[in-house]
Amino acid sequence: MREEILLQMKSPYRDDFKIRAFRFGEGKKSMAIVGSLRGDEVQQQFICSQLVKNLIELEKNGCILPGHEIMVIPSANHFSMNINKRFWAMDNTDINRMFPGYENGETTQRIASAIFESVKDYKYGIQLASYYIPGQFIPHVRMMDTGYQNTNIAKRFGLPYIFIRDPKPYDTTVLNYNWQVFGTQAFSIFSGDTNNINKDTAKITWISILRFMHKSKIINFPMHDGFISKTISDTDTVTVKSDDAGILYALKGAGDEVKKGDLLAKILDPFTGATRSQILSPVKGAIFFAHQKPLIHQNSVLFKIINW
Amino acid sequence: MIKTIVSEGLPIDERLIIKKNIIKGNKEGHKRICIVTGTHGDELEGQYVCFELNRLLNENLHFLKGTVEIYPALNPLGIDSVKRGIPTFDLDMNRIFPGEEGGHLIEHIVYQITEDLKGADMVIDIHASNIFLREMPQVRISIEMAEKLVPFAQMLNIDFVWVHDAATVLQSTLSHSLNSKNTPTLVVEMGIGMRITREYGDRLIEGIFKMMSEMDMWDGPVVDVVSEPELSTNGEVCFLNADTSGIILPNISHSMYVKKGDLLCKIVDPLEGKVLQEILSPVNGTVFTLRTYPVVYEGSLVARIFSTEKCK
Repeated sequence: MREEILLQMKSPYRDDFKIRAFRFGEGKKSMAIVGSLRGDEVQQQFICSQLVKNLIELEKNGCILPGHEIMVIPSANHFSMNINKRFWAMDNTDINRMFPGYENGETTQRIASAIFESVKDYKYGIQLASYYIPGQFIPHVRMMDTGYQNTNIAKRFGLPYIFIRDPKPYDTTVLNYNWQVFGTQAFSIFSGDTNNINKDTAKITWISILRFMHKSKIINFPMHDGFISKTISDTDTVTVKSDDAGILYALKGAGDEVKKGDLLAKILDPFTGATRSQILSPVKGAIFFAHQKPLIHQNSVLFKIINW
Repeated sequence: MIKTIVSEGLPIDERLIIKKNIIKGNKEGHKRICIVTGTHGDELEGQYVCFELNRLLNENLHFLKGTVEIYPALNPLGIDSVKRGIPTFDLDMNRIFPGEEGGHLIEHIVYQITEDLKGADMVIDIHASNIFLREMPQVRISIEMAEKLVPFAQMLNIDFVWVHDAATVLQSTLSHSLNSKNTPTLVVEMGIGMRITREYGDRLIEGIFKMMSEMDMWDGPVVDVVSEPELSTNGEVCFLNADTSGIILPNISHSMYVKKGDLLCKIVDPLEGKVLQEILSPVNGTVFTLRTYPVVYEGSLVARIFSTEKCK
């Protein structure tokens, strides 16, 4: 393993800000993995730490196949993570909306540029991502429909689902999108959780990444094949929104199979505890996403259900 | 007439409410102009404009033909909690237009706002930079809308019109969404976050009345002459970023004309009393953006200068 510093920046009063990369193997740039770009992505940080731990062992045992280099960047925003902020501590900008970056630009543009210059020539790229709505997902791999994506390759992760989504204009500045545009087969892995560590979903995720590398003949690490991935998109899911606001009393979560009419959650009056609304499943399917916060606004996304 | 355009329940005994004031003139007229602001909760310059416009219109309805609609707070939760974004939501509100009817709460709200503004004869979206940078009163227009909108921007009594390249990410802004729905929309940037600069507000109000007069919506008195703004297409915008982190001490005032080589600011280290960087102007030109927030990181934008010369 070779540890290097991709970017070092002085701060006005804090310690120096450093982005570290961990490289394994030698040869073609085969796999780049980027962990937490946001300060609350602790699950993502944890997963990367376990990947590095596993890769150290694999390298020691000669299991990184000759001619392949793997790079892991576990953390790109620990300045925010260390003070419990999600976005860049100084100006609240989102590093993952600054790609491909600009080396002479503003602070987070420079950070994005340093990361992108390091990762852009890799054959495969994995970002451990988080969603813009708080909640839990079934672990899955997500790709943007740019015309460059390849779902057959995505099946190598052995995760239950591959989700293809249409990019919106604001997606054109995220890492995944720019990776694809610049020729890397890019995958965003949603491990299920974000601002806490769920050991079970974290393990499913790092094992899936090792599985991908084994099936891509980058490492030698035989294991079971995981799931036969199903490819889905927005049209395969039904969104269930809240018709009222209050305390969210969830009865179902991500991964639960439901029938039409099943009670998924209740919305309770925060003063009297009375049920303001019962949220019923509109379809038979599997809960792909479940809102996780204890309070819910009206008209907010509660569940996304894969419609069987 | 105050109208509620959005009302959504919040968890505990509160509703998220967005309102507008519809001011109808006493004279016959079918045109509608909308003044919107408060998308970013830390940008407050537009609040004074909304207040003064309200007051002046209501005192002079006999001069008004048509309707003026004033939306002071597209992000009321943000304004009230001193937050730029919408509390509990990750995305910049001005990056999710036109919204989605069936989308998440905020996407749904943005959809309702878009539907309400659509079809107006003119929308003016007032922004106020952020808490770090002071901006000269300016209008920003995407290059594909320049031919249509620059003449209107020149009526607004501002100092600079910045015609910028089209960028995909800007397709999700309020202005792009409305312009693409044939609702002419101008973005005004002026002043600085968390402050009200009344001089800028007064000038913009004069410009709005001038525009309304040109649009045959206003028969009342207007200023004879409005400021003739510089047009960015006549030169180049130079960006100056900090190369080091520290505390910035400006050597110039905002809106100054500077010469090549002039000292714009120093970046200093208060712990050791050292000057870490001196930022000199690379060109002759007008400083239309100037950082006033003293703490900088490497890369922080310090100034923007408009020059008729090349930047590098």
